[in-house]
Amino acid sequence: MSPAEIVVAPNDGSYLIDGYELVCGLEVHVELATATKLFSASANRFGDEPNTHIDPVTLGLPGALPVLNRHAVELAMRIGLALNCTVQPSTFHRKNYFYPDMPKAYQISQYDQPINVDGWLELPGGKRIGVERAHLEEDTGKSTHVGGTGGRIHGSDHSLIDFNRAGVPLVEIVGRPDIASPDEAKQYVTELRQILVAVGASDAKMEEGSMRCDANVSVRKPGAPLGTRCEIKNVNSVRSLGRAIEYEARRQIALIEAGESIRQETRHWDETDGRTHTLRTKEDADDYRYFLEPDLVPLDPGAEWIEAVRAALPMLPRERRLRLSQATGAPADGEAVMVVVERGQDDYVLAVAESGADVARALVHVKEAYAEQGARPSVPAADLARMIVMETSGKLTSTQAKTVLAELVANGGGDAEAIAAAKGFEAMDLTALEAIVDGAIAAQPDAWAKYCAGEEKAMGALVGAIMKASKGKADGKAVTALLQSKRG
Amino acid sequence: MSATPSTAFEIAAAVRAGSVRAIDVLEAHLGRIAARETDIHAFNLVTADEARAAATRIDDMVAAGRDPGPLAGVPIALKDNMCTRGVPTTCSSRILEGWKPPYDATVVSRLAEMGAVSVGKTNLDEFAMGSSTENSAFGVTLNPRDTSRVAGGSSGGSAAAVAAAFAPVSLGSDTGGSIRQPAALCGVVGVKPTYGTVSRYGLVAFASSLDQIGPFSVDVRDSALILESISGHDALDSTSIPQGPLDLLSVLDHDVKGMRIGRITDMPEGADPDVLGRLEAAFDALRAAGATIVDVELPSLKYGLTAYYLIAPAEASSNLARYDGVRYGCRVDAVDTNSMYMATRAAGFGDEVKRRIMLGTYALSAGYYDAYYGKALKVRRLISDDFARAYGKADVLLTPTSPIPAFKVGEKADDPLSMYLCDVYTIPTNLAGHPAMSVPFGDSRDGLPIGVQVMASTLGEQPMFKVASALERHMNSSGVRS
Repeated sequence: MSPAEIVVAPNDGSYLIDGYELVCGLEVHVELATATKLFSASANRFGDEPNTHIDPVTLGLPGALPVLNRHAVELAMRIGLALNCTVQPSTFHRKNYFYPDMPKAYQISQYDQPINVDGWLELPGGKRIGVERAHLEEDTGKSTHVGGTGGRIHGSDHSLIDFNRAGVPLVEIVGRPDIASPDEAKQYVTELRQILVAVGASDAKMEEGSMRCDANVSVRKPGAPLGTRCEIKNVNSVRSLGRAIEYEARRQIALIEAGESIRQETRHWDETDGRTHTLRTKEDADDYRYFLEPDLVPLDPGAEWIEAVRAALPMLPRERRLRLSQATGAPADGEAVMVVVERGQDDYVLAVAESGADVARALVHVKEAYAEQGARPSVPAADLARMIVMETSGKLTSTQAKTVLAELVANGGGDAEAIAAAKGFEAMDLTALEAIVDGAIAAQPDAWAKYCAGEEKAMGALVGAIMKASKGKADGKAVTALLQSKRG
Repeated sequence: MSATPSTAFEIAAAVRAGSVRAIDVLEAHLGRIAARETDIHAFNLVTADEARAAATRIDDMVAAGRDPGPLAGVPIALKDNMCTRGVPTTCSSRILEGWKPPYDATVVSRLAEMGAVSVGKTNLDEFAMGSSTENSAFGVTLNPRDTSRVAGGSSGGSAAAVAAAFAPVSLGSDTGGSIRQPAALCGVVGVKPTYGTVSRYGLVAFASSLDQIGPFSVDVRDSALILESISGHDALDSTSIPQGPLDLLSVLDHDVKGMRIGRITDMPEGADPDVLGRLEAAFDALRAAGATIVDVELPSLKYGLTAYYLIAPAEASSNLARYDGVRYGCRVDAVDTNSMYMATRAAGFGDEVKRRIMLGTYALSAGYYDAYYGKALKVRRLISDDFARAYGKADVLLTPTSPIPAFKVGEKADDPLSMYLCDVYTIPTNLAGHPAMSVPFGDSRDGLPIGVQVMASTLGEQPMFKVASALERHMNSSGVRS
């Protein structure tokens, strides 16, 4: 695609590096969570002994023919529909190039008629990033280069190839260059990952390579034509993605400022030195000689199948965040809602609320204490609800509540009242607390006078005395409220 | 049974009935191979031991009262581009020398399940690219009717094996005429069925959208028998038509009265007068049998050869890219991977294969795709449209199979273009995906066999076989040659 054809979403100007705008589009490859490969019956499994999931099709043996995996098509449609794409009749092409871990010397991929086109992904803050297409293709094998430096083929003694990954189904999600900051790129990938997991299409683990991200980066002065882009590969985490994009933008700006031009090229992100390095220039690029794959027939899922897939889509992260936000009053793109939905614990929070607990407290506790719990927390929702009710009715201070909750989490549930009792957290009713507060005021008239005169710092001495007198059982908030009401 | 059965149909009946032993049938054929194979070179490999073991199993089944199947004890020769588990499959190329597939092609396993006995792998033009079997890395196959001449190609070995009675039937593959042309040159029957009727799984690809497996036999009935046996849907081939086996044997005795036989008025010129003479005789015979001869026009036919020599090499350039020395077959070591690829492919492929890889790579390259490959695809559609119109008027079309009878070894070896012209009548069928077959229909004045091509529309095998059978009956009754 020539730069003139690219339509870029307007940059709102909120992110500039040294007066330059960033224009970034991401290409994300995800391995689909099918039982078998895209075109053969060999298992699609990560981490097994090398070359144990192979067959004539996987190895590209003479005479072997591909047969499309129906489940992979379904998962690709789920991805497309979750990204608001149009699912359309599609075809497969051959992308021809030589590489030792590419057994047929061509990759079967979708070219001018991909299964999903024209969608978008909405970032938590509401900005939409366009999705040009999300198409099916097969993965390559994995090469390990032995000897030499840096695990690169150049200069190695020999190479080993594991074909277990060859033929694993991939969906490549090609985003439009609507990303205007490294942070948006990170949000996009994080959100995409959650969507992929939510629809059951992939485990989308960047560290295991089941989700891989390439970034196309260019820079320009606001309002200027698009700059020359570079494609950044080998980005293996969300954090690296942000770093790589920022580094690359700054590299390009430095070149422009020095009066040099940007070469269109593919660059390799090096995690250790935090830089990108030239992998190949445009002149070295292969001519892939795409043509229609004659061993496969056109793929037309038909309206009935598409609608069945659409109807079966689960609630997506964005909808979950909105639901939780509405229930709790916390902002949909705030940390608590984001974190809890990402962990898949929003259903649980709502279940705790249904058991009679304050939903906002439930959100905070789950966010704080359930980092290790995953989507199905071991503490029964009713157990947490009882603890929260104790807390909101003043029977536990917030500090005590945390202690009880830690115990609940450690034991996978339990009776909050029994735990509180065992810890000696007896209930302190407001009458008892008021007596202690009055005692403290009487014991420190100077502090009280200063506090009454508007010196807020003076409250510290009073609270300290109250806490001491209550042996830590007084709820800080209740104490503050009492002091304020007495001040009048 | 007094007479020794010679056709596959007779052999299977006799073996199933217990009147003849499969091993005796096999030994008779192995005996002929021993006597004449050195003169003909039909085979890259004769699998005598495996064949004897298979024939003995068939006989044991019969002795135990079990039915070995509709092809019980029928010896069959397989073109050496069909994968046979544990048995070398070379495509007559150095690049695959020594490679033993770990799996059987679907046709190979179907034949075995039906009781057929494979006698060996037959010679071909390297990767089925050629019309004379002179492009084999392992030497030319000679025509059993005249050993100074070629057997045709690319399935020359399979045609010669049947012509020399090394096997009553054999399988070939046809991408642009590679079954029909050698059948015509060797004086046997050869069939290219509708694309998608016979599984390509395990057929080493030359041009995937054109390749189709089919039988060779001495008579039309045996080809019908073999085609019924190997056709039918295969889940391992996505281009396989989802339907059961073809029904052919039942129509062979039907007469052709009232059938419309198409004569192409704008047929590409340049055929030998003897060939055209036999074609006229075929029209006469069918007219005499009650068929009507109708004129049809196929104006785009003349572009078929050109389109084919872009489409087939384009697909081949991709299909043959996997022979890179990394996983199997020949490897010539070099300092780095790219050099190893180049050294391996330079040493492993013959000239014709290299020529077509270069042609095809060029036709698909950026900047040339639209002018070459893209335009060829348009011609392919035009040819299909022309055929569709023609088959509105005619049930089958009749043409020569080959413009010339068998030529001398070496006569065209240095002239690729004149070799390509051998396929001028057969290629359009492949481009359209239609069925066509060659039936022997007399000899040239020099005593060389001449074949007539019967073509039909998609899944028109029944009318095609009816007409082929009628032509065969005519030849048998006229006593010209039987």
